[in-house]
Amino acid sequence: MTHELIQADFSKILSQLKTQADWVGLRFYSEKSNVQMVRNETLETHAAQLDQGLMVEVMVDGHLGYAATTDLTPEGIAQAFQKAKTLSTQAARFKAIEFTLEQRPPSRGTFQSPYLHRLDTLTQAEVVDTLLQASRSLKVSDKVVSRTALATFLETEIQYLSSSGAEWLQNFNLVTTYYAATADNKKDIQTRTAGNSLQTGAEALRDPQILETCRQTGEEALELLEADNCPTGVMDVLLAPDQMQLQIHESIGHPLELDRILGDERNFAGWSFIKPEDFGRLQYGSALLNVVFDPHERGQFASYAFDDVGNPARREYLIQNGKLVRGLGSLESQKRSGIPGVANQRASSWNRAPIDRMANINIEPGKDSLEDMIASVQHGLVMKTNRSWSIDDYRNKFQFGCEYGQLIENGRITRTVKNPNYRGKTLEFWRRLKAVGNAKTYENHGSPNCGKGEPSQVIRVAHASPYCLFSNIEVFGGAS
Amino acid sequence: MSQREILTFISEALFNDLHQGEELTVDFRGENTDFIRWNQSKVRQNTSVRQIEINLEFHKEGRRLKKSFSAQGSREWDVVEARRLLLDARQEALVLPPDPYLVPFVNNGNSEAFFPGTLLTGEDLISAIAVPASAHDLAGLYAGGRIEVGNFNSKGQHHWFANESFFIDYSLYHGTLASKSCYAGFHWHQAEFEDNLKRTAEQLQILNRPRKSVKPGKYRVYLAPAAVAELTTMFSFGALSYRAYKTGQCALKKLQEKERTLSPQFTLSENFHLGLTPRFNELGELAPEKLLLIKEGELQRLLVSSRSAKEFGVAGNHASAGESPRALEIDRGGLAQKDILSRLGTGLYLSNLHYLNWSDLQNAQVTGMTRYACMWVENGEMVAPIEDMRFDVSLYEILGEGLLEVTDFQDVDPNVDTYFQRSLGGKKLPGLLIKDFSLTL
Repeated sequence: MTHELIQADFSKILSQLKTQADWVGLRFYSEKSNVQMVRNETLETHAAQLDQGLMVEVMVDGHLGYAATTDLTPEGIAQAFQKAKTLSTQAARFKAIEFTLEQRPPSRGTFQSPYLHRLDTLTQAEVVDTLLQASRSLKVSDKVVSRTALATFLETEIQYLSSSGAEWLQNFNLVTTYYAATADNKKDIQTRTAGNSLQTGAEALRDPQILETCRQTGEEALELLEADNCPTGVMDVLLAPDQMQLQIHESIGHPLELDRILGDERNFAGWSFIKPEDFGRLQYGSALLNVVFDPHERGQFASYAFDDVGNPARREYLIQNGKLVRGLGSLESQKRSGIPGVANQRASSWNRAPIDRMANINIEPGKDSLEDMIASVQHGLVMKTNRSWSIDDYRNKFQFGCEYGQLIENGRITRTVKNPNYRGKTLEFWRRLKAVGNAKTYENHGSPNCGKGEPSQVIRVAHASPYCLFSNIEVFGGAS
Repeated sequence: MSQREILTFISEALFNDLHQGEELTVDFRGENTDFIRWNQSKVRQNTSVRQIEINLEFHKEGRRLKKSFSAQGSREWDVVEARRLLLDARQEALVLPPDPYLVPFVNNGNSEAFFPGTLLTGEDLISAIAVPASAHDLAGLYAGGRIEVGNFNSKGQHHWFANESFFIDYSLYHGTLASKSCYAGFHWHQAEFEDNLKRTAEQLQILNRPRKSVKPGKYRVYLAPAAVAELTTMFSFGALSYRAYKTGQCALKKLQEKERTLSPQFTLSENFHLGLTPRFNELGELAPEKLLLIKEGELQRLLVSSRSAKEFGVAGNHASAGESPRALEIDRGGLAQKDILSRLGTGLYLSNLHYLNWSDLQNAQVTGMTRYACMWVENGEMVAPIEDMRFDVSLYEILGEGLLEVTDFQDVDPNVDTYFQRSLGGKKLPGLLIKDFSLTL
């Protein structure tokens, strides 16, 4: 079925359905994915998928309900509509909240991910050859017993039409790369990884830096084998942007989601320590902390023009000078809570209803150079690249581990340490933020794997951050 | 036309199109599910999903690749798309390097199983839950409908598994105090659900006392079966995988190499007698009905897929490609339900755990949180709910010398995962009494 045929069908079908419910929306989602993975210089995975379907949304007596189908024939869509309408009519008697068309704005427009070269200019042979070279580059020694090089390419299209006049189209090019080296010296095993998730084009796999990155990844895995275990104690911690990604995600992003605060997630992902009355009042972190929801940062993995209910996406401060000012809540959550929010009602695919999600949640750069931050530390650690994460269901008590640590003594990095971990409580931690790196230290990291929701959904997020320095953090090493 | 007939039509068409030296597996995943999401005993979102995914694995001259698509459920349309993908696969295979560990398809036989159910429909679907729940603050998810899985290959293998099943996985809240439960099965019985709800509400009532603050340290704990279920999720992340062992990612490496043992009271197996999931894997291979993995504290074998068997030169045991347990069971012991609190004495009754992850994989060290109805117990009496605490423990310790007793009963923990599609399967687990369980924050 071609794109043109699908578009024509949906408009026609919507015109037939729109008189049969208070409101109707159609969200068509089509995603072509290609995944190639090389392990130890052998092509292990070569897979392609075309995932497409339609979500029918209806409003009945102020209740929004959904039915999704892979059957894109007019009959299949009509059946989905009837299913959504029937169940929603029953559910409306027990609805959690009364919605209006204000929660489904009649937006119009388009979005296209930036790219230099179309993804389909990459040949299968070119991808496989690059990954084979990457795998060889990871093998800096026979001790590197496992080498993985993976690339995922997604071309995603979302079309949305509604009976109230919404009509928008968004096209995304999404690339994830992952490189891993596991080294074994018969006494210990250590793994070091690299990679990223970006909105980009074929150029992502034509970057000559890939092989050098892989070589360095392999070298650092070897280095960790001979490193001392991370010390135990309370000290300053300087987190690299690829660990800040996780720290932002778990201890700022999730607790600020308004649907969590409203209790939707209590049975699954959990609630939040944030109370509705905290917005505009709570000092979340030190005055150096400035966090933005930024759907327009070029090339970030979760950039878009509209969320999945058509709310135009705008850059907003979530935390400004350390104070909590805005929640991660959609138009639905804003109506329910009265708290200012953002355009973040997103669905993982055609078969899930949109819920409050993170997108690009970034920390603005500060003033300090990396050298100055290191020089300011008498006794502390640099930690890079997350490898372990756990936090409670209110997003308070966390424990995170990293792949690679460096000891700072008297203002200088002195040696590498392995198995660095740290733990703390969210507000205490962010209030101990004592320096924020400048724009030169700022990096963007995306992830395809944020899980949430009932039924569950995996969605793409991104977090850009500079290096950040925290004081008096509890750190510890591995078990032996 | 039934889904099975559609799969038969498409697969026969594709098998007839194959050229000399080509082989194909057609894998089918379909569901027709109603999801009802609840908050404060009200309907937050209702989502009905009808989806079919068809996955092709194509082999040609030692090359291997996969193609998948979302099927309409119309054989005329779907066979056109499937044939297009077969042509693409044939072209792409020409440029791929040979796969030295390719597992050729064979005919692993035929199987067919269907477990019909009695599900909520029509008006009942919402009111059956909303009305009895209205006296409580309930948050959770109902999912019910038909799941169908098929696996046919060009060597003549045919496997089909379908069921009509449901679950309501929910929590009841009183302020920030909460108790958790799940009612699941093939036949919805309103009285059973309401009894389940009543018992969960009673548990919540017990919690309605001032919380006790517990300090970090080592404690004697009882892990209820639901908490054990969370703990055993760690066995899915490479801990029992031969591939993970060979690539440095196996948390139980020291158990495999006999450096460590677990308690003689700890026996773990794959047991497909549970009937919650099909025995066939992605290749259509039938796993043994029961496969002992850890016997009385000693590792008997890891899960080995046929691909790993070929790559590493060992015998396989028809594990799935991911080499994770699919029907995990921990044997029961001798601790009676009525004796749990008295044997615990003074310590923690942990009903549920949350967000586990390896804190040191090479030492099987796990961190995570307590959640829901966790209680401080003193001299065999429940005293007060505790504030959520972080733990950091080694499986070698808590399932080794730290394991004091295993209950004489097991609970079935159904798999309620709903990422991408509704999952099959479940676990059968006892409760565990453990000493020196380390709380850290």
